[in-house]
Parts: sequence; C-alpha cells; structure tokens
Amino acid sequence: MTPPPFQRFLDEQRDDVWRFLVASVGRDAADDCFQETFLAALRAYPRTRVDNPRAWVLTIAHRKAIDHHRARARHPLPVGDALPDIPASSPTEPGDDGELWARVRALPAKQRAALTLRFAADLSHAEVARALGGSEEAARRLTHEGLKKLRLEMT
Amino acid sequence: MTLTRPPLDQDAAARAAARFAADAPADVSYAVLDSPIGTLVAASTPRGLARLAYEDDNGGLDAILEALADRLSPRILEAPARLDPVRRELDEYFAGRREHFDLALDWALVAPFGRRVLRATAAIAFGQVSTYAQVAARAGSPKGSRAAGNALGANPMPIVIPCHRVLRSGGGLGGYTGGLHRKQALLAIEGVRET
Repeated sequence: MTPPPFQRFLDEQRDDVWRFLVASVGRDAADDCFQETFLAALRAYPRTRVDNPRAWVLTIAHRKAIDHHRARARHPLPVGDALPDIPASSPTEPGDDGELWARVRALPAKQRAALTLRFAADLSHAEVARALGGSEEAARRLTHEGLKKLRLEMT
Repeated sequence: MTLTRPPLDQDAAARAAARFAADAPADVSYAVLDSPIGTLVAASTPRGLARLAYEDDNGGLDAILEALADRLSPRILEAPARLDPVRRELDEYFAGRREHFDLALDWALVAPFGRRVLRATAAIAFGQVSTYAQVAARAGSPKGSRAAGNALGANPMPIVIPCHRVLRSGGGLGGYTGGLHRKQALLAIEGVRET
C-alpha cells in the first residue's frame, strides 16, 4: 500500500507542526526546526509504515526541538539574549498566551516537552508518552509538575 | 491554571511549507500549469519530465499525484520553480514561437514497446501528421497499429511527445488522451487542416 503523496502529508500536518514548534522553540527558531522536521520525515517516508502520521511527525518535531534547545545550551547567546525576555511580574491577558508559552520554553527540558506536546500539539497522554519514550504515568506526572511550576512562577 | 493552544499563524505555516517543498530533495516535483487548452499537471524527476497530464481528464490533481506516488515514488512535492523550463517551453509552443521541445525526459512511466512507439511519434515534425500504421512500422511492429494506438493513448507526456500528430489511415482524427477537442486545438496551432 503506497503512502499518499508527501505533499498531501505536508499540507495536512504543517499547521500542527508549526504551532507546536512556535510554542516549543519560539517564533524565530521555528522555521529552521520546521525545515529539519519535514526533511527527516521525507527521508524516512517511503520506508516507514506510519499508522498515526500526526503523532509520528510531531514526535520528529519534538526531537528537532530538543536538538535546538541542546545546541542553544552549548552555544549560549550573548548575555541579555540568553533567557526569554519575561517581565518579572506582568498580569496575563486572557487569550494572550504569548508570555505563558515563553515561560513554558524556560522550563526544564522534560516538563517543557510534556507541556508542549500535550497542550500545543494537542496529543493525548498516551501519544505524549510514546513521543517521550516513557510511560503514560510519567507523562502525566511531567505535565502535572510543569503546570505546578508555572503556577508557582505566576503567583 | 490552563494552557490553551497557542494561536496559529496560518500564513507563516504555509510559507514554511512552501519553502520546504521548493528546496527538499523530492523524487518527484510537480507544478500546476495554465494553458490555452486547459489546466496541466507537470511532474519531473531529477532525470527530466516524466508526466504531463490534463487535469480534468485524469480524475483531478489528487488522482494524478496518487498514480505518480504508486508508479514512481510517494516522495512528491509541489515545486513550481523546478518546472520552470517546462512552463516556458509550453508557453512558447502555445504562443506559436516553438516547434520542438528541448526538455530532458524521464521515460520511467513507459514500457519498452510504448517507448519505441513514442520515440517514433516524437520524430514527427511540427505541422506534420502520421498514421497509427506508420508509427507502428517505425516502432518495428508493422502489424501492431492497434498496439501502437494503445501506447499512444497511454502517452504520459502529451503535447511534448506529439501523439496528437497521429491520425487514422483514412484521415480520421482517431482518439486522444485529453479529448478530441484538444487534439483539434493542437493541430490548429500547428496549422494542420484536418481532411
């Protein structure tokens, strides 16, 4: 059974991948990660049997986001740009999540991954667990811990 | 605390996807082209043009791409710039400024006998016509005019391989992959008066 033309796969998945990457690595780095995500997907495409294309490509995007954060940690930007520019205490406007997602990006890697996969990519706990390579219980715990940390920061 | 999905900038996502498709190492690149005789879908591999399809006569774009995924590779992307030479030569042909196509061709979709028939067809000059029997003879199969007709009907690159220049022995139009009105239109462009 031939998989559908890659262009159709790209058309169907691009919005979810873009939204996940903007949340996970920020708007400026999203494009590079997007290119690398679909390049990896294209290379694997004819050989890989994919039952859940959305979870499959989001898992690839998740790995590219990890690579990005690791590279950034190894080669920090000049002082002043190294941390997300978050006002110390600013009230969040309802409906404007930009600041909240910037705080998510600053969380420890596993919590960040769990929250972005669960709430930006809208994957189920089971799919998040598969993407993270752990149990569903562990994925739920990371999500819970991440939300708790955010809550503490916001108060 | 709830974490709602961040807003989606759909234009930014579309731009990123288009940039990807334009540069990616696809096995098959395609473009949708306008022409005076209807919308065409052109698809090429790194070897050359492999398919030129009348969109409406082949079940639409999706069906054309699915057939290419099946027969060539599913690694297909829309990359209009890669089809620029095809677009340019077709535009020149339809404007009456080109009598011969200089495009590299990929014959992957054509079986060996069909290849001989289509090569014989490609040798028919602009403005000239031939017959199914003559093409079959030149393909080395003098009694195979029906088989030659089938090979011409399966021509994956009409216009560029000018199967519209092959008519019935009595002068009748015969058949055409894109419909007889298109065969007539192409012959009219080339100044052929049907008998």
